[in-house]
Amino acid sequence: MARSLGDLDFFGLEEFLAPEERLARDTVRAFVEREVAPVIERHFAEGTFAMELVPRMGELGLFGANLTGYGCAGMSNVAYGLMMQELEAGDSGLRSFASVQSSLAMYAIYAFGSEEQKRRFLPEMAQGRLIGCFGLTEPDHGSDPAGMETRARRDGDGWVVNGVKRWITNGTVADVAVLWARTDDGLRGFLVEKGRRGFSTHDIQGKFSMRASITSELVFDDVRVEESERLPQAAGLKAPLSCLTQARYGIAWGAIGAARACYLCALDYTKARRQFSRPLAGYQLVQAKLVDMLTGITNAQLIALRLGQLKDRGQMRPEQVSFAKRYNVVVALEAARAARDLLGANGIVNDYPVIRHMLNLETVNTYEGTHNIHTLALGRAITGLAAFD
Amino acid sequence: MKILVPIKRVPDPATTIRVLADGSGIATDNVKWVINPFDEIAVEEALRVKEKQPASEVVVVAVGEPAWQEQLRTALAMGADRAVLVRISPPVDTGAVARILARVAADEKPDLIILGKQAIDDDSNQIGQMLAELLGWPQATFASKVELADGRCTVVREVDGGLETLSFPLPGVITTDLRLNEPRYASLPGIMKARKKELKEIPVETLGLNLAPLLKVRRLASPSKRQAGRKVASAAELVSLLHSEAKVL
Repeated sequence: MARSLGDLDFFGLEEFLAPEERLARDTVRAFVEREVAPVIERHFAEGTFAMELVPRMGELGLFGANLTGYGCAGMSNVAYGLMMQELEAGDSGLRSFASVQSSLAMYAIYAFGSEEQKRRFLPEMAQGRLIGCFGLTEPDHGSDPAGMETRARRDGDGWVVNGVKRWITNGTVADVAVLWARTDDGLRGFLVEKGRRGFSTHDIQGKFSMRASITSELVFDDVRVEESERLPQAAGLKAPLSCLTQARYGIAWGAIGAARACYLCALDYTKARRQFSRPLAGYQLVQAKLVDMLTGITNAQLIALRLGQLKDRGQMRPEQVSFAKRYNVVVALEAARAARDLLGANGIVNDYPVIRHMLNLETVNTYEGTHNIHTLALGRAITGLAAFD
Repeated sequence: MKILVPIKRVPDPATTIRVLADGSGIATDNVKWVINPFDEIAVEEALRVKEKQPASEVVVVAVGEPAWQEQLRTALAMGADRAVLVRISPPVDTGAVARILARVAADEKPDLIILGKQAIDDDSNQIGQMLAELLGWPQATFASKVELADGRCTVVREVDGGLETLSFPLPGVITTDLRLNEPRYASLPGIMKARKKELKEIPVETLGLNLAPLLKVRRLASPSKRQAGRKVASAAELVSLLHSEAKVL
């Protein structure tokens, strides 16, 4: 593979990064170049997740890196964002794994778990020895989680859960599922471990996107869960939504990585390939596309960095995360499509990473709040009028 | 076991180097700086010794400007225990660096010094040898394997004819070759720990050394562009061209 990851820093944002933030980024970049890039096309082609990379990511301290204590690295949110960017320059599926492990599963336990739950799960999850997933979305309730049908009813001193969760990243490989279910007291969160009687999982087949990532369905058929397995601090839909805000923050950064990989690939390709009398990059139509890509990616970088600064100060608002997720992902998707076009026939084969990123980004555009839903969230934030129920 | 690892800050090997128009140096805008890759191998080797002998201390040292802290912090994040930066402004020649390092070694009293066989910027390949000479210590250069036992060090080195094995009593100086090991990444917890590790700065003036440069860089120039190759039809034509055109036969 030619250069696919290098730097793209048109506005000199490097100087706003602390030394340890740069180092963390460089560590993940080196890991992706040396250990992810050589295997990722095969995993995508075969539709398998690169499980062999999980212990390595654990060793490097990638999981829950912006959490403090319980064996987590305690890095800044900017550093965490940079890591997500570098992982997604490798593959959106790998970044999805890290997002779900860190921002959804670990964060849910970190924010809403009991001391005992935190001590038991977080250090093992930080090391990648335990894998988590996050069960919120259902077959009939995606953008509308409030309509969820999965129920947990009281049963003596515990609970019994029934329901189906779908589109769950890491579902079949997870050791523990963070499960959200409706109860008589409102929405509650539970930790359901693999192998529990009545709890089954299977993978969703036939994906054309995120093929190097596991996407599953979780089925709960009279599953008994103890009260000690309930997340005691989580009450209402606010709890899972706050986890999604964490994950979306990482996605806003991650998308930049995939877009950058596509842009650099297209730049190299069009400079090297000659048609008629000159390199492709010497044509105005091609330059216009490259410049639009550069502009979009640079805007996305500025947004992500500012968002990270706000998050590190505790001032980030959810609508700002909606803004960043919505804009950065669509910019990345457009950049990937433009790169696909510029590579011509080579843009549809896996000799180049572009088609893989492009297909993956279709998922990134949809999950964690679709582009449309974030539009509505922003519309409500600026008008005070909700355009949805 | 105390190990001293001198490191140098150099441009990332992946960076495209541009020589300034007046030949006085290289353009440093947009250059990413890293630990000299051979020195990174030296840091890794020291850390592996420490893993086998946990009581060991790994001290990284650099001779340069304040910005060199960044590379020392990287070595600390990889796992080195503390760092020393001898602050000096360029130009500094290899003799001066060796004399400064010898002085640091005299203060630190390490059992072993490990450093890269050369830096990838000027490729001078002199510091390790000079340092051993100044200290009066044995040296083993271009190490591809290092073993420590009973106060002695055994080094396998790559030489033109094959492999040579040397053994010497500590203390001594080792310079690393490419195949000695593959350096680790700085882990995220390692990066956070490094923030609290000691990084001592020593202004070079306080060492009272005579550092007048013996070497002066007069001018830098880019290598001339390579000409495209040419295909020949037969061995006879090749021989003829080597004789008549290339004039090497």
